[in-house]
Amino acid sequence: MTRTSPARIVLYVTSALVLVYLILPVLIIVPISFSSARFLTFPPPSFSLRWYQQYFANPAWMQATQVTLTVAVLTVLIATPCGVAAAYAISQSKLRIMRVIHMALLLPLVVPIIITAVGIFFVYAKVGLVATMPGLVLANVMLGLPYVVISVLAGLQSFDPAQEMVARSLGMNRLRSFFAVTLPQIKSSVAAGGIFAFISAMDETIVALFISGGQYQPLTKRMFTALRDEIDPTIAAISTLMTAASFMLVLFASARQRKNS
Amino acid sequence: MLALVSPALLVILALIVLPVGWLAWQSIYHDGFTLVNYRRVFTEDIYWRSFALTFEISLAVTLIALLLGYPVAYLANTLPKGWSILILSLVVLPFWTSVLVRAYAWLVLLQRSGVINQFLRYLELISEPLALVHNTFGTVVATVHILLPFMVLPLYATMQKIPNDLMQAGASLGASPSLTFVRVFLPLSLPGVLAGCTMVFVLCLGFYITPELLGGGRTVMVSMLVSRNVELYNQFGAASAVAVVLLLSVLAIFFVVSRFISLDRVLGQK
Repeated sequence: MTRTSPARIVLYVTSALVLVYLILPVLIIVPISFSSARFLTFPPPSFSLRWYQQYFANPAWMQATQVTLTVAVLTVLIATPCGVAAAYAISQSKLRIMRVIHMALLLPLVVPIIITAVGIFFVYAKVGLVATMPGLVLANVMLGLPYVVISVLAGLQSFDPAQEMVARSLGMNRLRSFFAVTLPQIKSSVAAGGIFAFISAMDETIVALFISGGQYQPLTKRMFTALRDEIDPTIAAISTLMTAASFMLVLFASARQRKNS
Repeated sequence: MLALVSPALLVILALIVLPVGWLAWQSIYHDGFTLVNYRRVFTEDIYWRSFALTFEISLAVTLIALLLGYPVAYLANTLPKGWSILILSLVVLPFWTSVLVRAYAWLVLLQRSGVINQFLRYLELISEPLALVHNTFGTVVATVHILLPFMVLPLYATMQKIPNDLMQAGASLGASPSLTFVRVFLPLSLPGVLAGCTMVFVLCLGFYITPELLGGGRTVMVSMLVSRNVELYNQFGAASAVAVVLLLSVLAIFFVVSRFISLDRVLGQK
């Protein structure tokens, strides 16, 4: 097969165009966020930081940011231990029900998010959790769990449970042997799972649209409502910051994973 | 061991099993057993049209994603490792930006005074701005953009497992590159095609943000039907029935697909 065959050229060109299509929208936001123009013009007439100032000076945006970060941190703190415990149990137990439980823990990925959102809204309305912080955190824990479970299960696949047996035969109890032997070996999968849960909580929009309100509205909900009304460049500034933050987290997670393998 | 899974399981039971069960119950019970909600879903024009539109859009998005994704996955598979890592990184890069951010980006690109219209007018290719957004076109463009990684990754994973020897065997038996591709490579990549198409189609069925922001109120997908019935009309029974029909469609698709390939393969990519 010669490298310059016409089919090959078509392949290169198509792929390049598809990659541009994938990347361009993500990149276009950055120059717009530094634009000085009130309305959208491209390329921007001159650069300024006014939209970033607008964002940091606006109490509503700041409050939403604070809600988002609080929710994301609490989500990780709750979802990670729960997910690790569940993944450990699934991988170690020979009970047949564990397969069903494993599938159940992946349900948040299977059920269309709009259905989950409306369902949670109905349940929350009954128990008074709509527009509350605990309600928001709990929903994000549920949505983040599958990421932790999948990541930790993958990590446990390369772990030899016999090592834990050795530790226990030397007198450690199950809990201590887990923390001393198992956890250090799967810690990068745990970290990756936690980071995915964090990103998922930061990005979550649809459930928040239904169940959040008042002072407990995350950034994404305020962005969504703002986007329905007008294309405000402040959102470009927020988007740029959000994108930068999640890229840094992903790079951090994959660097850790690579270091470990 | 059951004690270890119970916290996670409780959260799942309380926040997804119970709510979905509640929806199902609410769709058939209102001061007694009733099927009136389902009758509406299947007979009233607006519901029916919305379901048809959602399936059409999902089908279109899946086909476009396959057409765009296959060459990229194929190229990544044939290039040396460094290049394929670069290509795959570019594919998953948008993955890690918020769906909302990308919807905003497409509004910026596609609106009447948007980047693309400005560019085309600058080139004097058009005199009037094109209506690229607030319609089905804009919805499809943005939805494909969001779902394309879900197509490329399973395709690439499957292609990587196809032994190169088979292609060489085909070539040594005298087949042209295109013939070996059609007769050997393409059939062997079909499990990846099925996995990718399932994921994209199913995710698209429940899409909410892009049709809401880029559809301009005219492209009413099923998810919007659900949210409008709740938020605007307080028709909880109708919303529940729509949600149940949507969920059953998704589960039916997964069930059918699981007869051909393992579901882990489909879900593992997400």
